[in-house]
Amino acid sequence: MRAFDYHRPATLKEALSLLRKNQDARPLAGGQSLIPALKLRLAGPPALVDLGAIEELRGIRIDSGTLAIGALTRHSEVASSRDVAMSIPALARLADGIGDRQVRNLGTLGGALANNDPAADYPAAVLGLGATITTNKRAIAADKFFTGLYETALRPGEIITSVAFPLPKRAAYVKFRNPASRFAIVGVFVSEGAGTVRVAVTGAANCAFRARAMEKKLASGFTPEAIARIKVPPDGLNSDLHASAEYRAHLITVIAQRAVAAALAGK
Amino acid sequence: MNAPLIGQSIKRKEDYRFLTGGGQFTDDVTLAGQAHACFLRSPHAHARIRGIDTTRARAAAGVVAVFTGDDLARAKVGGLPCGWLITGTDGQPMKEPPHPPLAQGKVRYVGDHVAVVIAETLNQARDAAELIEVDYESLPAVVQAADARKPGAPAVHDAAPDNTCYVWALGDKAAVDRAFASAGHVTTLEFINNRLIPNAIEPRAAVASYSRADDAYTLYVTTQNPHVERLLMTAFVLGLPEHKVRVIAPDVGGGFGSKIYLYAEETVLTWASRQINRPIKWTAERSESFLSDAHGRDHVTRAELALDKSGKFLAMRVTTTANMGAYLSTFASCIPTILYATLLAGQYTTPAIYCEVTAVFTNTTPVDAYRGAGRPEATYVVERLVETAARELKMDRADIRRRNFIKEFPYQTPVALLYDTGDYDATLTEAIKLADVAGFEARRKEAEKRGKLRGLGYSTYIEACGIAPSNVAGALGARAGLYEAGEIRVHPTGSVTVFTGSHAHGQGHETTFAQVVADRLGMSIENVDIVHGDTGRILFGMGTYGSRSIAVGGTAIMKAADKIIAKGRKIAAHLLEAAETDIEYERGIFKVAGTDRKKTFAEVAFAAYVPHNYPLDKLEPGLNESAFYDPTNFTFPAGSHICELEIDPDTGQTRIVNFTAVDDFGKVINPMIVEGQVHGGLAQGIGQALLEGCAYDKDGQLLTGTYMDYAMPRADDLPFFKVATRETPCTHNPLGVKGCGEAGAIGAPAAVINAIVDALGPLGVRDVEMPATPERVWRLIQSANKK
Repeated sequence: MRAFDYHRPATLKEALSLLRKNQDARPLAGGQSLIPALKLRLAGPPALVDLGAIEELRGIRIDSGTLAIGALTRHSEVASSRDVAMSIPALARLADGIGDRQVRNLGTLGGALANNDPAADYPAAVLGLGATITTNKRAIAADKFFTGLYETALRPGEIITSVAFPLPKRAAYVKFRNPASRFAIVGVFVSEGAGTVRVAVTGAANCAFRARAMEKKLASGFTPEAIARIKVPPDGLNSDLHASAEYRAHLITVIAQRAVAAALAGK
Repeated sequence: MNAPLIGQSIKRKEDYRFLTGGGQFTDDVTLAGQAHACFLRSPHAHARIRGIDTTRARAAAGVVAVFTGDDLARAKVGGLPCGWLITGTDGQPMKEPPHPPLAQGKVRYVGDHVAVVIAETLNQARDAAELIEVDYESLPAVVQAADARKPGAPAVHDAAPDNTCYVWALGDKAAVDRAFASAGHVTTLEFINNRLIPNAIEPRAAVASYSRADDAYTLYVTTQNPHVERLLMTAFVLGLPEHKVRVIAPDVGGGFGSKIYLYAEETVLTWASRQINRPIKWTAERSESFLSDAHGRDHVTRAELALDKSGKFLAMRVTTTANMGAYLSTFASCIPTILYATLLAGQYTTPAIYCEVTAVFTNTTPVDAYRGAGRPEATYVVERLVETAARELKMDRADIRRRNFIKEFPYQTPVALLYDTGDYDATLTEAIKLADVAGFEARRKEAEKRGKLRGLGYSTYIEACGIAPSNVAGALGARAGLYEAGEIRVHPTGSVTVFTGSHAHGQGHETTFAQVVADRLGMSIENVDIVHGDTGRILFGMGTYGSRSIAVGGTAIMKAADKIIAKGRKIAAHLLEAAETDIEYERGIFKVAGTDRKKTFAEVAFAAYVPHNYPLDKLEPGLNESAFYDPTNFTFPAGSHICELEIDPDTGQTRIVNFTAVDDFGKVINPMIVEGQVHGGLAQGIGQALLEGCAYDKDGQLLTGTYMDYAMPRADDLPFFKVATRETPCTHNPLGVKGCGEAGAIGAPAAVINAIVDALGPLGVRDVEMPATPERVWRLIQSANKK
């Protein structure tokens, strides 16, 4: 780790002002990706602006048919929230399956989305539920948010403040884990809401994406069999030591079916 | 008189220390005035060093010194030695290219040591290391063992232009060829025994200091064998007198072989501590461990078994290429030869065996012993062949084994070993019962209904532990003795401190060895403390590797205990006014035969140290004895492992549902500790079979350099093990013990792969590469479905 200045503002306003003044400073949320990168000297910003003390970025509440979660809410808080369990149990389960206990106690929803790791779980939920991401400047639809490998629609000086998830009729997330990292080789989030079906895939490409062919089939019959014959083309999918693009393409169909079955079973 | 302690599951004495954070590991050592070292490592697998500019690094904040290979060469620091000389089939000694602690002229693997920066703080050392400018001329690299001898392959060392360290063979080739020519059936397999990265939980570390006052060095280091470390470093590299170097291996958190060796880092630190006249600390980061701890396995093998139509084994022929990596690590040369080819008889009466091994250099991290060391590779060869042959001959897999089991002992194998004892039928029978093999077919059918493919695989392994005797090993090329030393110091009030040359880094010696001594001397275990890991306190030692500690180290202690008892008998005879021959000793009591006159061990000890009533004319006061023990033979633990697993054909994911291990370790001192050793070994064996695989890209960059990509086995990858032991006591050591540390890692891989092949057999699959990752298994299923 290289030396850096450390700021811990108590308000969002103060944080934004610090980030404006230090153009190369990095905001720090849960630190579960940034801190390891600093330790490995893969990143060496001159300053960190720790968002951890900003109360207005935390909290979980349900209003008018949506579940709103503050950006600094820890994975463990989402996993154990009664409100989440009652409204979108699949989201609680997803949060409970991120990393390990230590990661869940520090990692945050906003941090995970802003980082947009290609194998992260939350992007699948945000995309698979059609959530809306609110920043200090605007509201961004999930479909517009994930733009590429570790890239998002966020602009410099923009910080996620909360995420609003519409409540689905049923939903589920199933992931096939990388045996080493336990990240998703393929993770699929499916949801069936008022007249809409969404299928979002993480781990398989440079960032989470929707499997629209599957959505179409499932819209006319929400069963695993409906998508059993869908062959996902491997073009553009990730290929690495653990899974080739061809294998990932195959897994998307298998895991999506399992996710549909889990949603139907209420799991 | 105290109750017998051998065979009792006594809780580990050391665990209070470890579980409450009271352990003292090398990184916990902080010496006054200590500086910190950072090693600059090669980013290239193979490159010429045109120049190193350390000017900016030397000028950086906090920097005390920067050293490169040139500095070491000027100081006449030698290369790291190899401890075993292998003589090739051509009668020539193996190629031993120089292994400088800091690279000279060339770097030969990613992670090779280029320079060391010593600074006031670790961060300053790291910052300065980034300022060193190395002018590299990148060279083509050779990575895979199979490519090393191909025409045009880049030469790793000028001294070995064809990258060949040696070609070595064992066995009667002509007899084997004859048997194959007339065999009714031949089973052939070709496979890779995957390269593994050891991953001890505590990374390697060292703190070296030099005292000008007494012109002596102290080195704290994560080693499994401090005396060997000192011998190699002083005599072969630094040219220092041994009595001026004290090597301390304090608490060490796991080794698995990777901490046997003399490494560059502690060698450079020891030398540099005198140059700067300050203590220096270095602790590996995990990413350095991946790059620089000696790796394990990495064989490419073609194996053939000749049988008659009834399934009787006639001969075995094995050709192996073993990857040594870029340099010869301390014991690298003997692993794929002496500890591999000699094990190819397994538990069977195969009358003729021939094995040829080609050891090659590549631009990869050096490869050396890793838990099992040669024996897992041999077991994999034998047990994969046997099970494949059974399938080809449509024979029951247990029956074909029983038909060929060695049943009479001692048994001379055609590959040099003399097995003293064993009962392979018994362990197999018990394993079959414990694994409920009879119920397997019903379980398979039930799994089929759930869409899962269920398979069962066997592995009946043999291992050879406690390499010995020294003179035989010497004739085979060993450059060190293979005995062990022990000392028992009895204190005046009768408690004892035991000094052992064995070293514990997780094995629980402080309990097991105390049980042995307390049992022999008839005292409570609280009265026995075990001291290990310090050349300043222990008279000598060869350390811990190859499951040798109890068989060799434990026996040395037993011999010292017997000397204590012999002297105690003389003292007791004097105190009891009886003839020495009339003194009987039993569990801490010396008594005159046929009478009730007796003295306790503590009374005898007190008399030895307060010799008022004592035969001073005939006997020295005091009660302190030491012993060296050089075994007459290896010990031969053996066992039967049965793995049962399920495969999800849609994803290729394998889940082990049952794993049964019935092992014969001879006499068991502490069943709980033995069971723990078996569990750990099985985890590593299953890890090799399903998860772990070191991968390089074609340029020699390590692809599995972090836990994000190198898959270590975790608790949820493993089933609850069914473990049992049977005892056929070793015939040539007084404890009757054989050793248990490596068995799990030796037996498990073949059992797992045999089970996968069993599950996929109906699809026509006859082999799967390790690690059997979901994608590999899925691809086998896909291509079988296409046929």
